[in-house]
Amino acid sequence: MLKAVILIGGPQKGTRFRPLSLDIPKPLFPVAGLPVIQHHIEACITIDELKEILLIGYYPAAQIQQFVGDMQQQYNINIRYLQEFTALGTAGGLYHFRDQIRCGNPDAFFVMNGDVCADFPLQELYTFHKQKGALVTIMGTEATRQQSLKYGCMATNKATQEVTHYVEKPSSYVSTLINCGIYVFSLEIFSTIGEAFNIKQQDIYRNGNGSKETGFIQLEQEILTPLAGGGRLFALQVTTWWSQLKTAGSAIYANRHYLELYHKKHSERLLHTVNDKGNAVCNIIPDVYIHPTATVHPSATLGPNVSIGPGVMIGPGVRIRESIILADAVIENHSLVLHSIIGQNSKVGRWARVEGTPSDPDPNKPFAKMENPPLFNHDGRLNPSITILGGFVSVPSETILLNSVVLPHKELTRSFKNEIIL
Amino acid sequence: MTYTFAEMRALILVGGYGTRLRPLTLSRPKPLVEFANKSILLHQIEALVEANVTEVILAVSYRAEEMEEELSVEAKKLGVNIVFSHEVVPLGTAGPIALAREILQKSDDPFFVLNSDIICEFPFKELAEFHKKCKREGTIVVTKVEEPSKYGVVVYDENNVIESFVEKPQEFISNKINAGLYILNPSVLNRIKLQPMSIEKEVFPGMAEDKQLNAFELEGFWMDVGQPKDFLTGMCMYLKSLRQKTPDVLYSGVGVVGNVLVDPTAVIGAGCQIGPNVTIGPGVVIEDGVCIKRCTILRDAMIKSHSWLENCIIGWRCSIGRWVRMEGSTVLGEDVIVKDELYINGGQVLPHKNIAASVPEPQIIM
Repeated sequence: MLKAVILIGGPQKGTRFRPLSLDIPKPLFPVAGLPVIQHHIEACITIDELKEILLIGYYPAAQIQQFVGDMQQQYNINIRYLQEFTALGTAGGLYHFRDQIRCGNPDAFFVMNGDVCADFPLQELYTFHKQKGALVTIMGTEATRQQSLKYGCMATNKATQEVTHYVEKPSSYVSTLINCGIYVFSLEIFSTIGEAFNIKQQDIYRNGNGSKETGFIQLEQEILTPLAGGGRLFALQVTTWWSQLKTAGSAIYANRHYLELYHKKHSERLLHTVNDKGNAVCNIIPDVYIHPTATVHPSATLGPNVSIGPGVMIGPGVRIRESIILADAVIENHSLVLHSIIGQNSKVGRWARVEGTPSDPDPNKPFAKMENPPLFNHDGRLNPSITILGGFVSVPSETILLNSVVLPHKELTRSFKNEIIL
Repeated sequence: MTYTFAEMRALILVGGYGTRLRPLTLSRPKPLVEFANKSILLHQIEALVEANVTEVILAVSYRAEEMEEELSVEAKKLGVNIVFSHEVVPLGTAGPIALAREILQKSDDPFFVLNSDIICEFPFKELAEFHKKCKREGTIVVTKVEEPSKYGVVVYDENNVIESFVEKPQEFISNKINAGLYILNPSVLNRIKLQPMSIEKEVFPGMAEDKQLNAFELEGFWMDVGQPKDFLTGMCMYLKSLRQKTPDVLYSGVGVVGNVLVDPTAVIGAGCQIGPNVTIGPGVVIEDGVCIKRCTILRDAMIKSHSWLENCIIGWRCSIGRWVRMEGSTVLGEDVIVKDELYINGGQVLPHKNIAASVPEPQIIM
């Protein structure tokens, strides 16, 4: 029997995902039509032996419970939300809920960071884990030399794939093999974390507590780094797509890849120009996901890489490309939406242009990842990024909104370029 | 009692390259660029013919052949004789008058002189009558402007006798400026030499000193349409004047807002919103769902579906893709192709360019 833990964090995390995370917890933000972590759940249910999924985080239960209920019903699997009283760190959270995880004595459990977007090769990871007799298996991927410094870097023995050295966000180059935030753990890991926990407790009694919670344990620095070179830490390097949902710009990138993955497993979710009854939906440039409850005028042209949420209304002659339109938004006649996210219940008037700048990984560099640049550059100017409308925003007819971010509940009255509109 | 002249003449200062109206003037001499579907020059010649002018001298310094060819047809229709006076070196605003001395001296009647960039209601008859009545050597048309400090102003007395000209006055002394339209007696030729010379700076001040100049106050609108922004402003004024004088020539179809002039050979699709202040030239095709405001679309251009245009001049035979947004005094030269979904703000695009990326800030595209 296997289990999976999905680490979803809490409202204090994911601030770079604002203003989208102001309306909806980041783990539930829809990418390719599904909440981010539903993609994790879909990966989990492909493993027959996997019997339970635990979500660990510190969002108020009320924000997550509805989703958990929906998932249980949809996939007929045990899913529970375990709420931390405060942020405990990855290892701290796992340790805090060790009884829940150990319960039923699983052979191993997966740990998945909630903001990872990938084609999760869970079966491959578990097979590798068993074969190596590993305590921990880390999913690894190749990064560029320069970008590797922003991740956990792993030196490995090429023959055995054992991790011989692990440094989280090194200041100088260590390795281009990075930690993807997807793991397989054997149950014995709790004794390793337990030792770390006990040492930490003694430290606190000796030296006083600082500001952190006593149970706060970071997985990378406090567990993985000491385990490296001990013969029980392994890394499986994968070459499939992997990304993270950090800034809003990365949602557009993830949207595109998840839509592409639907070709393999869920082609029924992708829209074609003609529906199954032979009626024209609208002009589709694949890939496009449209929620069944959305209304799209047949003269609209959507795609590539567009996701349309429930209850959305798309008017005649509308053009949308590389964008996510959230629930109940309205896009009126002849408008154009490019590289943007339109928040729930927002409205874009006629002949309006909502346009952002894509922040995709450099296509000319092999293994390049999303840059996730800061909001402002060195000159204090806004870095061009995708355009984001928070929920309940209205964009007047015939205006342009270029490289801008609009916070929720804002009624714009003119055009904006390169601005954050509070 | 009204005064009439048997055979009047006019000299139009066509002059040089029209660089201010580039990129349009790279394809066509400025006086032939269509303003409200008719070349600027033709607006002037028609008004002159209306005032009994039988011979028009065009003072040109380049590209005369193209103009001769195009204008001869129109001239025949109007029954007016057009003479080209070629400057070998640019002669300014007065020199060309001396160059045409022989023609202008054929009769003792006064002649008109016009800057070629001017659009107004051209009251040449009234001007001639006023001039005859005043019995001075010359009459300058003056027009009221809001910000006289940007121009040279004309100061005249209660009898409309001009006293002086003041360049860019700091303190308010007058809000009347030289409108670039004159009527002069042949005797003025004695004040002009055949050399580069400015009529405003070297001829008129002397005439004012001699109390030989009158000011004629222009009624209605006036605009120097020599550059894109003013070209569009002038078009708005002209269309408004059409609305008052001959509203039937304005277009009234479904989806039209305000004053719009559409050539009968143009085609406009369904669900469009055209206007206010739009001129659409012959052979233009506007596809479905297009919104156009304050623009001039020149002959045979094509605007594809769902595009939005404001404050633009679209050159001849241009093709604008679908979902394009264009604004900010964008001027497209002849035969420019703009790809689908682009945003062009204040672009000045030279002829025959293929635009494949957005131009979000004003820029010249070579």
